[in-house]
Amino acid sequence: MKTGASVTPGELLALYRSMFRIRRIEESLAARYADQEMRCPVHLCVGQEAVSAGVCLALSRTDTVYSNHRAHGHYLAKGGDLNAFVAELYGKAGGCAGGFGGSMHLMDKRVGFLGCTPIVGSTVPLAAGSAWAHMLRKNQSVAIAFFGDGCFEEGVTHEAMNLAALKKLPLLFVCENNLFSVYTPLKERQPDRPIHEVAKAHGWGVHAGDGNDAAGVFEATRRAVAWAREGRGPQFLEFFTYRWLEHCGPNYDDHLSYRSEREFGQWKERCPVVSLERRLLDEKILDPKMTQEMKTEIECEIQAAFRFALLSPPPSAENLRQRVYAD
Amino acid sequence: MPIDVEVQKKTRSLTYAEALREATAICMRKDPNILVIGEGVPDPKGIFGTTSGLREEFGAERVLDMPLSENGMTGVLIGLALAGFHPLMIHQRVDFALLAMDQIVNNAAKWHFMFNGKENVPMVVRVLVGRGWGQGPQHSQSLQALFAHIPGLKVVMPATPSDAKGMLISALEDKNPVIFMEHRWLHGFKDEVPEGFYRVPLNQARIAKKGSRATIATFSYMTIEALRAAKFLEEFGIDVEVVDMRSASPLDAQTVTDSVKKTGHLLVCDTGWKTGSVSGELVAQLTETGFAYLRKAPRRVALNDHPIPTSHYLASACYPEAEDIAREILLLLGTEKERGAFGSLERLRRKGPLDVPNFDFHGPF
Repeated sequence: MKTGASVTPGELLALYRSMFRIRRIEESLAARYADQEMRCPVHLCVGQEAVSAGVCLALSRTDTVYSNHRAHGHYLAKGGDLNAFVAELYGKAGGCAGGFGGSMHLMDKRVGFLGCTPIVGSTVPLAAGSAWAHMLRKNQSVAIAFFGDGCFEEGVTHEAMNLAALKKLPLLFVCENNLFSVYTPLKERQPDRPIHEVAKAHGWGVHAGDGNDAAGVFEATRRAVAWAREGRGPQFLEFFTYRWLEHCGPNYDDHLSYRSEREFGQWKERCPVVSLERRLLDEKILDPKMTQEMKTEIECEIQAAFRFALLSPPPSAENLRQRVYAD
Repeated sequence: MPIDVEVQKKTRSLTYAEALREATAICMRKDPNILVIGEGVPDPKGIFGTTSGLREEFGAERVLDMPLSENGMTGVLIGLALAGFHPLMIHQRVDFALLAMDQIVNNAAKWHFMFNGKENVPMVVRVLVGRGWGQGPQHSQSLQALFAHIPGLKVVMPATPSDAKGMLISALEDKNPVIFMEHRWLHGFKDEVPEGFYRVPLNQARIAKKGSRATIATFSYMTIEALRAAKFLEEFGIDVEVVDMRSASPLDAQTVTDSVKKTGHLLVCDTGWKTGSVSGELVAQLTETGFAYLRKAPRRVALNDHPIPTSHYLASACYPEAEDIAREILLLLGTEKERGAFGSLERLRRKGPLDVPNFDFHGPF
């Protein structure tokens, strides 16, 4: 059976739209980064959109997500407000964290995106805490932690996995294995064994699959979410994918030669957005007119978000000390 | 936070440990979102009696043991706090909490700030400071300065049973992460504790003894030693004021300044090391704002800058006690009249083994 065979045309369209939108938002950020008005680090997810789109389409609004430094796709796919997102990168008062956070501290509680931070592994146990809260409140929701292959090297990840298995928490870990931590390849950091097999040894349900196949990601996640909701315990999803741009910043960095042109070329061939677009056109789910309408709509939304960000006032530095403690 | 006027209610004699247990139970009855978690919380020893019986009353869902994952579990509890629970985490030694510094410093302390005040982390971390019976280099650290350095954390260290109860109640009602430090030697101390619910603020020092000649500002267990010294000095007509700081962050420098305005002399007594300490911070703040009131340079009694060794022959010599405090006061005041007291300082020296808080204790901790 083809991956994604159980996915309806409507769902396929939603996946495509979500991925295309993330791609265009990331490209727009990259294009404007040189203006020097977004004065914070950005970790763009170009090439990895299928994981964000596929996982988040399988979630309900009340399911809760924590993420890491490369969080744009997760935030956007979960439904995070676009205006507040762009304004946050511009350091403006209208940002989702009022300019206090930046690209690596996004939050939109309204849609269950509870936060992201750049200390690798740091939010992983928070997601377990969120899952525990769902269990104690018996509200049928699940919690998700997005992280990369590097995070699997952090002790705290395994501490959280031990607890989650012990308590059978309604928790999903989504490991985006993009084969690199900054410039360091996986083989210099971990032994030659599958990451998800370690998760299995922790007592988790596991699945590994192609992270550039949005329909496959969606199907696997939908199944894992159902199991977690049923009380079958935590589920680990490992998706293989590839980061196109530099670790941090708006550019390509292939001149640094830390990865081969051949390897990058092969992954680019398997672009998650283009391959799903081809499939949708082949299967006549999408036609060129629809594609154009959708693209125009997304471009307008993006332009409006940048306008919002530019017009948003800067935050006041007057009351910084008042933000330290909650009253 | 409103100061509870009902502190005047009926009291009875309780140990510090019993007072902590009572505060926890009172808060748990009031607030179903409070969870108590820590290594050994429901075990037969119940964290030196401070959690005994809680599981029986509140059930295994709210009173829990935990895997030996200090950092991970701190993160899990932050996740619960962000979902509306109010976790009380307990470490039998503050040294173990060092494993959780990422979660405490990077997440708990900053979440409110870095998300523009939209969220907050209501959470209490009880940490115990060890001393004596061979606690050694990794079970005896008094790390209030480490936590007090971090904006976003409140750091309290009550010295008496009634403050322990009232401050734990306040901490369990606070919307912020509170590091609640307990010197292990205080657990057995008995004193009058009011019945029922009352709060003691987390940001106010307390005048433990009124006096006019010098101000002794104390942290945690050093309050007990300072009061012994004060009693001794009184015999020689030297009337000192003892200010129990109660919290390390925020630091109530105002109460100390008010006292120094009257006395003109300041001695700060800390349970931690001297360098980079809360005693140093207090002296700095006093010097910045109350320099004009000081008749002499302020002095400090604190641990020398080396770890505490395990052997009791070595360790007992590391801890300043009432005798050292009284000597510092005599040096600070330095008049002929005071010199007469020097010869009697030896009377303050504790008899018998010095690595235990009292003589009916036979170890281990």
